[in-house]
Amino acid sequence: MLGIAIFTILLLIIIGLSLFFKALPIMREKNLWVLLTSAQWKPFKGDFGFLPFILSTFYVSLIAIIIALPFSILTSIYLNSYASKSVKKFFEPVIDLLSGIPPIIYGVWGTLTIVPLIANKIAPKFVEFSTGYTVLAGGVVLAVMIIPLLISIMVEVFRSIPKEMIDASLSMGATKWQTVKKVILRKSISGIIAATVLALSRAFGETMAVLMVCGNITQIPHSLFDACYPLPALIANNYGEMLSMPSYESALMFSAFLLFIIVVLFNGISRFTLIQIEKRYQF
Amino acid sequence: MIITSHRLQENENITFPDTKEISPLKKLINSQSIRIENLDVYIENQHILKDVNLIIPEKKITCIIGPSGCGKSTFLKTLNRMHDETPEVKISGKIFVDDENIYDNRVNIIDTRKKMGLLAQRPCPLPMSIFDNVAYGPRIHGMKKKKTINQTVIQYLQYVGLWDEVRDRVRTSATRLSIGQQQRLCLARGLAIEPEYILGDEATSALDPLSTKKIEELFVKLKEKYTIILVTHTLRQAKRIADYIIFMYLGKIIEAGPTEEFFSNPKKQLTREYLSGSFS
Repeated sequence: MLGIAIFTILLLIIIGLSLFFKALPIMREKNLWVLLTSAQWKPFKGDFGFLPFILSTFYVSLIAIIIALPFSILTSIYLNSYASKSVKKFFEPVIDLLSGIPPIIYGVWGTLTIVPLIANKIAPKFVEFSTGYTVLAGGVVLAVMIIPLLISIMVEVFRSIPKEMIDASLSMGATKWQTVKKVILRKSISGIIAATVLALSRAFGETMAVLMVCGNITQIPHSLFDACYPLPALIANNYGEMLSMPSYESALMFSAFLLFIIVVLFNGISRFTLIQIEKRYQF
Repeated sequence: MIITSHRLQENENITFPDTKEISPLKKLINSQSIRIENLDVYIENQHILKDVNLIIPEKKITCIIGPSGCGKSTFLKTLNRMHDETPEVKISGKIFVDDENIYDNRVNIIDTRKKMGLLAQRPCPLPMSIFDNVAYGPRIHGMKKKKTINQTVIQYLQYVGLWDEVRDRVRTSATRLSIGQQQRLCLARGLAIEPEYILGDEATSALDPLSTKKIEELFVKLKEKYTIILVTHTLRQAKRIADYIIFMYLGKIIEAGPTEEFFSNPKKQLTREYLSGSFS
């Protein structure tokens, strides 16, 4: 058993290391700082600036989580505290089902509905022209994808709150909503953060659905209605085509390594913050 | 949900039913605070409480005793309408608190609960600081001024004898207190909503003897101001602090009376058997 556990961790290290060594040539060739902060992406001239991809990844994920969080928190509160048993029985399996739908289907759905909606209805109110393949489309599709994940974790988090605690609040004459606000949410704050972290990690790495709706133009997006090009999409679109250029291959490997590091670092940092929060508000 | 029992419907026009008939305690008390008429409770079609008629005397300690599963806790929960949270529970009958049927549709459930301070079996501090735990009730009921809240919190923490123990750490988490301190904190929290009644559901069963003693002393002190209804498992505790005893068995009230009389001269065969320890 311990062996298997160690193997799993080793796997992570092996993946990290192999990506690192594959990315090493480009890191030797160029200044790491330039790679990360330059917006110039001209592989044939040897310019590899990853900033547009990094920013695109963050923007799309951020928009997704901003849209998804309120939805999921309110839905989970409803399912946990307000819904009748039959409603719960119906919704919980459906939500699990939603998180099992393949990303490509979300991608197709996004292309067919969200993209035209943005191009024809939403974008004209703010900008002169937009194809609809935008940061916003990526964010919305991603939000729809992570909402089921968030809900199923949060429902579990809320369910773990002892009934005596909720009864204690209610028996003092608190309304349900007061109990939700002051007891349930407060008690589950670390669980909500953990769920958010998990959803964000998923969002960072999501490839197919985002790739289909966000335009894939190498630029730093300046508004919600600009196209963008996240890291996973960059790898998926170009890997296998340009391998005749060694530095290009190495650059793609570097972007994979970057994504890997972002997710690992992000998880590490948020775990650390979580521990700090729990220490500080040890309730 | 209120299903008025058949017998009650016939007497509906009688506003003050003859309490002599319905209360085993009537002869012994002058004032009445809670009056229970024809109370039946069903949980998923199981008949848990059967035709309970009772008057609970004011500013006294009334202990409800009986073997496990006899409906003691269910009965206590009917008093602050905590059964409203579980849809499987059906209640019929009337409970008059301050001459107002709390199961009447016009009565606000919040007002009822505010009148009843509940002390649960295991102390359950809310996920906040010691201070905020006590301030919780006053705040949700609209107390806003910082100074008043401060005073209230200190007053009730002093009342339960916790203030000197926690005065330098009232802003820290309540879960770091010992379990006995937590129970006193919960009592202070319950008192801070300024109830008229205190309900204790085996409030000392999780505590060590010393903490139990402290809580019992508090109950005795509290009965000057509050009507106290305790469910207890231990006969000795009932003997020590109760003024009146109610003995329940299988959802029915078998016998009720003043403590001394109840223990020295039980009238029913079942009571005698229970007191002698033939079953528990």
